[in-house]
Amino acid sequence: MHTEQLIDGVLKGNIRAIARLISIVENELPEAAQAMRSIFPHTGNAYTIGFTGPPGAGKSTLVDKVTLTLCRQGKKVGIVAVDPSSPFSGGALLGDRIRMRDISLEKDVFIRSLSTRGNMGGLSRAAGDIAKILDASGKDAVIIETVGVGQDEVDIFRTADTSVLVLMPGAGDDIQSIKAGIMEIADIFVVNKSDREGADGLIKSIQQLLDSNPNPGPWRPPIVRSIAVQGEGIDELLSAVQSHREFLVAGGFLAARRKERLRAEIIRLVERRISKLIQTQLRHNGRFDALMEKVIAREEDPYSCIDRIVGPLEKE
Amino acid sequence: MSQEKIIRVMVAKPGLDGHDRGAKVIARALRDAGMEVIYTGLRQTPEQIVTAALQEDVAALLLSILSGAHNHLFPRVMQLLKEKGGENILVIGGGVIPQDDIPGLKNAGIREIFGPGTSTEVIVNFIKENAH
Repeated sequence: MHTEQLIDGVLKGNIRAIARLISIVENELPEAAQAMRSIFPHTGNAYTIGFTGPPGAGKSTLVDKVTLTLCRQGKKVGIVAVDPSSPFSGGALLGDRIRMRDISLEKDVFIRSLSTRGNMGGLSRAAGDIAKILDASGKDAVIIETVGVGQDEVDIFRTADTSVLVLMPGAGDDIQSIKAGIMEIADIFVVNKSDREGADGLIKSIQQLLDSNPNPGPWRPPIVRSIAVQGEGIDELLSAVQSHREFLVAGGFLAARRKERLRAEIIRLVERRISKLIQTQLRHNGRFDALMEKVIAREEDPYSCIDRIVGPLEKE
Repeated sequence: MSQEKIIRVMVAKPGLDGHDRGAKVIARALRDAGMEVIYTGLRQTPEQIVTAALQEDVAALLLSILSGAHNHLFPRVMQLLKEKGGENILVIGGGVIPQDDIPGLKNAGIREIFGPGTSTEVIVNFIKENAH
């Protein structure tokens, strides 16, 4: 398929075209940049919801149930589900679909599993662009599920309009909830598996965390109880998302968030391009190896090395 | 950074048998060979498998079956792939499949059948050589 045909197919919602373009972008093939240029004007229509949280908290199951409910409301949904890549082989086992059975045959749902491909932060580098492709294909909502995260993987906050943090009882004492990082980015907390022991305690410690925030913003993240496998708490979660969306729109925050996101994205793309340029140049003329040899022999230090590499660029 | 092209494959269990130890061993071996492996879990219909394979844009689809329903389910998967534009996907079968059934399955478009005892290396190499 030619790129133009492909774009046309994506805009019409054609499954093969969407799937192909995602692969092209993910593999950074030469035609990717042109394709994303054509896609971009058609984005900005879908509402993006991020799901993050520790492994086993129930993110995929929640995404399954939430999507099913959205489908029943006549909405079209795109899903980007990220799992980690192996630091050794680079391969990955992508298993989020196992939990997304209820929606596997919905014609208005498109699910794509991604590996992080070594990227830190809980998402893959291409996740944002892939969300844009799904947006342009006519989805009303795009749901992004991160890898199972620990404490510091907060990329989702820079990608989604509403970030949902999924937690479960029995995972650490209450000091965990006052650490910096992931607990600070949630727009909505979900306490999943809330029929288990410790759910009330977890809710209390989240409340305390929110109460003791010295700089509370205008939005206080609600805490939703759920038992995802039984479909409990799904309506409450969706209405919390809706409230957050209305809050963002009414206060002009949605536009501000999206603007900040685009700014960060442009900077990231510039950095990536420059970094590629430098790496290619260094590899190309063997300069890097020569410098390395000197550093190894202690004739040169790594810090002066940086000056030699970046210095000429700074002058330009 | 020019990265080596990563092969995406899907491992699927069509039909009603509940045994996926073999499928998981294969999935793990493919992962360790540097592939991205989508595993969809047990008891999938051909429709579910084909929809997922197309959305995931996989180069290869591995079907594992131990229930004896391969003569029905494998050709059905092939037919759906053809109807929906997935005819370029390399399809491989595995599990307990009698020798006599293999020619018929290959006729339906299954490229190779790997029975019990096949080393994972053979499967990895077959995919690397044949999937585009």
